[in-house]
Amino acid sequence: MRKVLIAATIAFAAMGAAAQADGTLDKIKSSGIITQGVRESSGLAYTLGNGVYTGYHYDVCQNIIADIKKKLGVEKLDIRYQPVTSQNRVPLVQNGTVDLECGSTTNNKARGRDVDFATTVYIEEIKIAVKANSNIGKLEDLNGKTIATTTGTTSVQTLRKNKRGKDLKFNEVFGKDHADSFLLLQSGRADAFVMDASILAANIARAQNPKEYKILPEVLAVEPIAIMIRKNDPEFKKAVDESIAAQIKAGTIAKLYDKWFMQPIPPNNVTLNMPASDATKEAWANPNDKPTEDYKQPGE
Amino acid sequence: MTYWQDIWDRWQFLWDDRGDGVTYWQWMFSAWGYTVSVAAVSLVIALAIGCLVGTLRTVSQHRVVSSLATGWVELFRNIPVLVQLFLWFFVISEIVPGMRGVPSFVLACCALGFFTSARIAEQVRAGILALPRGQRQAALAMGFTQFQAYRYVILPQTFRIIIPPLTSEAMNIVKNSSVAFAVSIPELISFAMQTQEETSRGIEVYLAATILYVITALAISWFMSILEKRARVPGLSSQGQGAH
Repeated sequence: MRKVLIAATIAFAAMGAAAQADGTLDKIKSSGIITQGVRESSGLAYTLGNGVYTGYHYDVCQNIIADIKKKLGVEKLDIRYQPVTSQNRVPLVQNGTVDLECGSTTNNKARGRDVDFATTVYIEEIKIAVKANSNIGKLEDLNGKTIATTTGTTSVQTLRKNKRGKDLKFNEVFGKDHADSFLLLQSGRADAFVMDASILAANIARAQNPKEYKILPEVLAVEPIAIMIRKNDPEFKKAVDESIAAQIKAGTIAKLYDKWFMQPIPPNNVTLNMPASDATKEAWANPNDKPTEDYKQPGE
Repeated sequence: MTYWQDIWDRWQFLWDDRGDGVTYWQWMFSAWGYTVSVAAVSLVIALAIGCLVGTLRTVSQHRVVSSLATGWVELFRNIPVLVQLFLWFFVISEIVPGMRGVPSFVLACCALGFFTSARIAEQVRAGILALPRGQRQAALAMGFTQFQAYRYVILPQTFRIIIPPLTSEAMNIVKNSSVAFAVSIPELISFAMQTQEETSRGIEVYLAATILYVITALAISWFMSILEKRARVPGLSSQGQGAH
């Protein structure tokens, strides 16, 4: 499977070279089609099965597309949904397969060389989940303990930096996905699970007994999660950013946040119960598209 | 910027520090080391058990022994390797006392080794059955015991016959070792998944991992073909049959 993925990625990258350089807005207007990149399972966008997608970023993008349709003055605009993974999302945006990637992509400088990001409407915080009955209260308490995190996430990097910076000694175990990492915590193979707060909250909410777990208040890192668009397309970026600015101003974003993080959500009607963090509120107050590197990290 | 300059720049991440004083290329080779180690240890387990079980399956006098061996093969051949790995990691190590502290490296090697042992057992059995029945009968008629007949007549020919399918198995085990990332072993796939996230250089990272897998597999293929040449007995008729 992985080999196929690699082959596909290489093939897509090759196609990227041949992608036309016309503006995305012109392409959307002439074809009457906009392609939204969606995720199968991630915190801010996921599938309900049968090709139906949903989530906080999904809803934000639906509003953006409605605004673009109005702006272009077209009668009919078909929305195509292209599922993406963390491996192929950047190449698919680069080569124009996806116009608007609405998953949970961290805006950082490395990606900024290949793609552009829209205005941030959600700031993720990396936090620690532990068993409620454990006496772990902060990162330092994890000295000598085992910490679970998921392969292929920025949390691995965050842990690595903390290990070096604070001279902590802990074992790391890596789940192949978030469910796996949570199982490591649940089965006692790990004493803590370090991950994006929204993912921790979602896993705890879906656990057999959510009361058995708690999320520590300490924030290990903050990361802006943003909608990804093709690089060097100022007209399209302007249209997307204007729509987001309008949504923030109208209070739509705050309402969507409430819908996805404070109310019961599909498919199993659990509530994440995650009030907007100060960092997220700050992003709404001063809309920007700064990468992670420009954020002040805790402990710096 | 020229085309080649651009490509060169895209590979620069290999020299970057991943955040704790280790560069990505150092990490990549350590990950390759884990891939090779998991594969090598698993292969040793698989060969030892596979040869034993495959041989026992052909022992016709002892029904119980041969059906136990058959049971082994069916058990480990019919469960997907990833499922077996999780069974070892989350189930067996939970319910068997004292298994809790066993490192995941050992569990992964057991899972992969047992899975492959079932496949190797089948090849050993096929190799034994490919020999003319007269070989065994002649050995017994000469006064060899059952054990001696296997040791001196049947198995030496069998192993020569099954070198080509064993080559495939050895290459398979290298590729299958990629499932070990699921139990937190820092091998090539886990390196690739993590590094492509950290550096956004997915194409380069997977390309590098692919090349290392190909190199490993080719090395095995080359080694086995030398082994096959060295082990060849001139004029032995079954050599030709085995290559089919």
